[in-house]
Amino acid sequence: MKRLKLDWLILPLFGLAVILAAWAISSATWASNLPSPLKTWESSRDYVLQPFAKRGEMDQGILRFTWYSLVLVAQGYALAVLVGTPIGFLLGLSRTFARTFDPLIQILRPVSPLAWLPLGLVLFLNTGKEAGTYGALFTIAICSMWPTVLNTAVGVRAVPQDYLNVGRVLKLSRWKMLTRILIPATLPYMFTGFRLSLGIAWLVIVAAEMLTGRPGVGGFLWQEYNSLIYEHIILSIIVIGLVGFVLDRLMSLLESRFKTA
Amino acid sequence: MKPFLELSQIGKTYPTPAGPPAVIVENFNLRLRKGEFVTLIGHSGCGKSTVLSMIAGLTEPSTGGMILAGREVAGAGPDRGVVFQAPCLLPWFTAFENVMLGVDQVYYTADAEERRQIAEYYLSVVGLGEAMHLRPASLSQGMRQRAGIARAFALSPKLLLLDEPFGMLDSLTRYELQEVLLDLWQRNQKTALMVTHDVDEALFLSDRVVMMTNGPAATVGEVLEVGFPRPRSRAQLLADPAYYALREQLIGFLEERSHLRPVAAPPPAVPPPSRPAASRRPLQRLLGALTAA
Ligand SMILES: Nc1ncnc2c1ncn2[C@@H]1O[C@H](COP(=O)(O)OP(=O)(O)O)[C@@H](O)[C@H]1O
Ligand SMILES: [Mg+2]
Repeated sequence: MKRLKLDWLILPLFGLAVILAAWAISSATWASNLPSPLKTWESSRDYVLQPFAKRGEMDQGILRFTWYSLVLVAQGYALAVLVGTPIGFLLGLSRTFARTFDPLIQILRPVSPLAWLPLGLVLFLNTGKEAGTYGALFTIAICSMWPTVLNTAVGVRAVPQDYLNVGRVLKLSRWKMLTRILIPATLPYMFTGFRLSLGIAWLVIVAAEMLTGRPGVGGFLWQEYNSLIYEHIILSIIVIGLVGFVLDRLMSLLESRFKTA
Repeated sequence: MKPFLELSQIGKTYPTPAGPPAVIVENFNLRLRKGEFVTLIGHSGCGKSTVLSMIAGLTEPSTGGMILAGREVAGAGPDRGVVFQAPCLLPWFTAFENVMLGVDQVYYTADAEERRQIAEYYLSVVGLGEAMHLRPASLSQGMRQRAGIARAFALSPKLLLLDEPFGMLDSLTRYELQEVLLDLWQRNQKTALMVTHDVDEALFLSDRVVMMTNGPAATVGEVLEVGFPRPRSRAQLLADPAYYALREQLIGFLEERSHLRPVAAPPPAVPPPSRPAASRRPLQRLLGALTAA
């Protein structure tokens, strides 16, 4: 038992040490442009220790940037869920709908955010100054929608026949069938989709901010690359990873709450 | 007298990917009197659930038709309460909410308070008075089936259809629930058709036992009158020699004759309503069969 506890703490710390060592050695030897861990910390200290400071448009505390990114992701993700869930239900419920749109979905699904973004910008070009925001939202939504769509469809198809029979015996109306039986039965699948979608939405944010130059953790990363402050690239990567991890944990918690249903 | 439920020439075939369609049930004829309790017994896989599901309207019959209380039956509806083998309670609802789902459908003219009382009444009759606000996950197998029975009765259906409702329970719980079922059936004057593979259960509960031949193309093989007076008690039944004769006849059919096709396949006659008199008939039939052999 004690051993297990130590494993839980010591092994990840050991893993971290290995990576730090590899990083330090690399920056000292073959990758001379890579800042060392120490240098990275020194140059990032202000951003980490005053995480909400605002010194200028592109010079803000790292959590402030992260917050901007989260707000944008939340909007795009909400759009993805709101659009993706009904599409998933239609796919799961109607054979005709599935036959009609399934090939299209399979083709659109693997398209990279880098490809969607320019299209998003073009789509909202006539909104002027806001084109960047709408384009980014469009990209986040369309890239992160697919896991929600597909998992919901699978969940709807997996609703046990017995539950549907209960509804048929009781002659439930379409609305009651949907709200009392189909949605609750599909919920666990839907939440798996929601979790995966959120992961993708967060993945897309960097690309979206890079190309639109919006303030945010991804925009910051790109700007600091252009300003040759490479330490902040690493800082951003670490923050993006941590935030993604926390989001995934939170969604897992939510998901497991609905698993019992 | 007109039968309450009449199945005539019901049949079910499923298409097979290659070759001729599979005939599961064929020429199935059955008539139920109002208030009668009939069990359907037969080997596993012969098509009992298929028959029940066709009556429930959950499976479309390939041939034949049925009339319930003077009306042609088409599609599922709450006039036929179904108790499934696995109780099929919706796990996101409590036992009470599961029953209410049906009550809301059937008693849509009643006000909310009346509906609540109906659901609570049936739940407490089956012995779930204390546990009705628990989700199925926190109920035992037996309690779930109690809720399943309450849900079916609360619809106040014309016909009760039960598909091996006690098949998954241990025998003590099964005995208990058989009595709960019998009590409810008697109080509410329901007509019931129940599938079972348990010979003793069939004899304890029913007025008639319909024996199905083996599939494919299963149909009614023999029909056994069970004329024990009601209300019945298990002890009284076990003390009656007629019980063992009937039991033997049932087991004899299942073991030796269930593969035989009925000779002329006559539609089973509606038996006379006098129950005590009927109790001697199976014995006589048994004797007759023995002397004829
Ligand atoms: N949807 C279906 N398609 C093809 N065959 C089926 C289908 N449903 C049931 N059957 C077949 O019908 C037969 C009877 O099944 P069932 O009515 O469940 O038997 P029982 O309830 O008597 O055990 C079985 O052989 C089963 O394989
Ligand atoms: Mg069955």
